[in-house]
Amino acid sequence: MFEIFTTDFMQNALIAGIIVSLISGIIGSLIVVNRMVFLAGGIAHTSYGGIGFAIFLGLPIFLGASIFAIIASILMSFLALKYKDRVDTFIGLIWATGMAIGVILIDLTPGYNVDLMSYLFGSILAVETGDIYTMFSILIVILVFIVFGYRNILAVSYDSQYAHIRGINVGLFYTLILVISSIGIVITMKVVGLILVIAMLTIPVFIAEKISNSLIWMMIASGLISTLFTITGLVVSYYYNFTTGATIILVSVAGMILFLGVQKIYSIVKK
Amino acid sequence: MSKKILEIDNLTFDYDGTNVLENINLSLDEKDFLAIIGPNGGGKSTLLNLILGILETKNGKITINNQDPSKQLSNIGYVPQNTNINTSFPIKVIEVVLMGHISDKKPLFGYSDAEKACALGALTQVGMEQFANAKIGSLSGGQRQRVMIARALCNHPTLLLLDEPTASIDVDGQRKIYELLKDLNKLMTIIVVSHDISVTLNYANKVAYINKFLTLHNNISRFSTTPQNGHFCEVELMQMFRNKNV
Ligand SMILES: Nc1ncnc2c1ncn2[C@@H]1O[C@H](COP(=O)(O)OP(=O)(O)OP(=O)(O)O)[C@@H](O)[C@H]1O
Ligand SMILES: [Mg+2]
Repeated sequence: MFEIFTTDFMQNALIAGIIVSLISGIIGSLIVVNRMVFLAGGIAHTSYGGIGFAIFLGLPIFLGASIFAIIASILMSFLALKYKDRVDTFIGLIWATGMAIGVILIDLTPGYNVDLMSYLFGSILAVETGDIYTMFSILIVILVFIVFGYRNILAVSYDSQYAHIRGINVGLFYTLILVISSIGIVITMKVVGLILVIAMLTIPVFIAEKISNSLIWMMIASGLISTLFTITGLVVSYYYNFTTGATIILVSVAGMILFLGVQKIYSIVKK
Repeated sequence: MSKKILEIDNLTFDYDGTNVLENINLSLDEKDFLAIIGPNGGGKSTLLNLILGILETKNGKITINNQDPSKQLSNIGYVPQNTNINTSFPIKVIEVVLMGHISDKKPLFGYSDAEKACALGALTQVGMEQFANAKIGSLSGGQRQRVMIARALCNHPTLLLLDEPTASIDVDGQRKIYELLKDLNKLMTIIVVSHDISVTLNYANKVAYINKFLTLHNNISRFSTTPQNGHFCEVELMQMFRNKNV
């Protein structure tokens, strides 16, 4: 099995896959416990506007997507804090606007024949060494945020009202959680693409949630489960010549079904 | 002269147009034990939320230790009415209690040993220490309420607010919690919202009836000493307050 990782692009894909899996495990946990899944979808789609923006101006794609994702997350955080009950409508609006801007900007870019598929379904096999440094830096930033902010992140996520009366700046931490998540979402899209990013962020967390009794263990477990799925998906897609992102997601779904099955059998046997 | 802890002046509050609280005046001294009673929707939780600064005061004034409530948060302990929030959250009982510590005295990361010891102590006080490492969602409603009480004790408050803290706690547990509150009352001022007048009256030295307006009874000892037929009649007492108000 290891001989498939002898080529440069497969080695890069493996390293990138591992880093991004760890990121998506951590970020996915934050998103799920904060019930931000719809928000995360909104951010992912809005970042498509950033892709169009970057192509139009000739900037690096990741930079454009990140800028749009961060702006979207700050905007959504503001709206979520201010209009708790109406936030769904706003997310939908930002989501659609971002995508529409992306499409139009790409239309306006003369002679650009964009390979849309790689944005929609990911392009882990096209990861370059420079990308890996970026991914690694992002992982470090996320880890620093989690380690030093853990108490406040936990308090704000579990019981924001109580966090407020304990003197924690809830708005600030809520916004930070979303901004950090948005960067994680954009980098995860590199592996599985816009369409599948939510699955990658939530399936490992779904399993991890069942086996962990604290947020930190949920993050670690999701990261490891996600890594397992990604490597498996990478290997399978290599042998069968499938699209890697889609294969990773199908492997994850199969893993989830397997887990549920084992859990069911275990609970029957225990009776 | 004992020290003023809480002072509410001419407080009126509305959510969207219709007043929920009107013309509230209340003053509590150090080591007072105030029981708040009143019908559902009377405005009891709203008043607590105003004292905590969760809701913003629009008309009137609230001061705690002569300061704005937002400056006194570290001196307030709070047990919310709804303790069933986020029960699927992956968090251990001990971590919930640790949340009670004040945020600006924290170590660089994690929790200090002193904080952990304090949280365990608080759990012991409410009889929940053996559940310290259980997931919060795996507890029963009453057990969760006890955990929330432990959390409120964590920062050694001088003012402790409890919103129906024993609503789903069994009879024996209720008695224990009120005994605990009685002990704590030697150290701090307590405000407890409760529909359980028969229990409350044995511990409180002031009773406020809230139904948009607040009616305060300062000396309740004559009611509390000899409950009739084993428990005090809530209806009679409510009637009495209502008459006083009208
Ligand atoms: N967030 C809100 N928005 C609008 N109205 C509210 C809100 N919260 C409470 N109210 C209204 O304010 C009134 C007082 O509510 P509050 O929760 O303070 O009552 P309560 O005395 O605590 O009742 P209970 O005994 O049921 O806990 C009710 O009529 C309620 O409908
Ligand atoms: Mg209430």
